Amino acid sequence: MSEIKSFNLQKAFEASGVKEVLDELDRDLIGLLPVKTRIHETASLLLVNKAREELNLSKIQPSLHMSFTGNPGTGKTTVAMRMAKLLYRLGYVRKGHLVLVTRDDLVGQYIGHTAPKTKEILKKAMGGVLFIDEAYYLYRPENERDYGQEVIEILLQVMEDHRDDLVVILAGYADKMDKFFSSNPGFRSRVAHHIDFPDYSDDELFEIAIKMLKEQNYVLGDNAVTILKEYIAKRREQPHFANARSIRNGLDRAILRQANRLFNKGDVELNAKDLSEIDYEDFALSRVLKSKPPTQP
Amino acid sequence: MKITQGTFSFLPDLTDEQITKQIQYCIDNDWAVGIEFTNDPHPRNTYWEMWDLPMFDIRDAAGILYELNACRKVYGDNHYIRLSAFDNTHGWESIKLSFIVNRPKVEDPGFRLVRQEVDGRSIRYTTQAYSTDKPSSERYRD
Ligand SMILES: Nc1ncnc2c1ncn2[C@@H]1O[C@H](COP(=O)(O)OP(=O)(O)O)[C@@H](O)[C@H]1O
Repeated sequence: MSEIKSFNLQKAFEASGVKEVLDELDRDLIGLLPVKTRIHETASLLLVNKAREELNLSKIQPSLHMSFTGNPGTGKTTVAMRMAKLLYRLGYVRKGHLVLVTRDDLVGQYIGHTAPKTKEILKKAMGGVLFIDEAYYLYRPENERDYGQEVIEILLQVMEDHRDDLVVILAGYADKMDKFFSSNPGFRSRVAHHIDFPDYSDDELFEIAIKMLKEQNYVLGDNAVTILKEYIAKRREQPHFANARSIRNGLDRAILRQANRLFNKGDVELNAKDLSEIDYEDFALSRVLKSKPPTQP
Repeated sequence: MKITQGTFSFLPDLTDEQITKQIQYCIDNDWAVGIEFTNDPHPRNTYWEMWDLPMFDIRDAAGILYELNACRKVYGDNHYIRLSAFDNTHGWESIKLSFIVNRPKVEDPGFRLVRQEVDGRSIRYTTQAYSTDKPSSERYRD
């Protein structure tokens, strides 16, 4: 066997398909600049690490467990899916699938139920990425008999012993995650990569809305541009605002109203433009626009 | 003596790396992999105890090896453990591959041949595992 003496990063970058995934990420996701930058950096680090492995400069599998923090609807799940693909292309996970869970999928209902439930999920996730949404709910300090503690123990063990079998991503609100890490130092030391997801600006949400419509073969009518912008601004003021997810839901309702509007036209011929355009009226009736901004207590 | 049952049993025992490759082959064929164990090595003892349920929905062999190691921890010292891969394709619905992945830590004492004289000069032969002379909890121990 001939010994490998050199490694071409650029060639590996392109041949492995890593470039493709990163390009897709940059193209498909609006905004998220800091996240994209962090992911590019991580990809470079991992690629260089592979090169070092090839040249026998490094033997240890780097810790790849991550935390994704940010408000709901900021793209954490979406990015996690891309991350799984990326890790697969880079050769750090063998299959590249994503298993999405919350506390309920891991914690059992009675004594002896938790361990098999958690292990079942871990087995499914092996070869890929385990994404635990709102991971901090695993830890309930107010209840010392909480079965979440058992999940945490199994999880920590697997995160340590099975580093090359699966990657764990913990996701949730930044402040709650901080607290979780400070009361569970075991996690802090095992999670090497922290990525923070900022809220989207109104302009970004607008762009996201256009993209979401396009994905479903709808277009925004010229008369609806202003009202959609107003909708976004007002929606942000409302309780339970969830960034891009709220926009997706708002668009779903607009699409519903459009269908109603078209149906109520009765016996007329509709063309492709009629059927794909979301108009002023499809937003005008929204409850969001009618509401006053909540008064500060 | 070395018990030879199932695929690969005339070969040297498979390493974990080789076992992993076999498991991945099963998974890639969409077969459900089950873990079974016994301390009764009689060849006609077809139904071994099951370790949990057969596993489907698992993408990577590491998931099954993880469970196999859990089983080894409990039964590995004094039981045989095998993996069986079940193909649920209509018309097949049967085991496609089955092989031993763990042997008791002590040498298997083997089988006794019993001759039973019947009907005048006829003889019936049967085999009995020496290990099963003892109650289950005492088998394969020094
Ligand atoms: N940057 C973005 N560009 C386009 N769509 C996005 C973007 N971020 C989020 N989305 C969409 O918003 C929805 C919610 O995103 P998700 O990843 O589930 O958020 P989180 O996991 O942070 O709650 C998804 O439908 C996703 O497609």
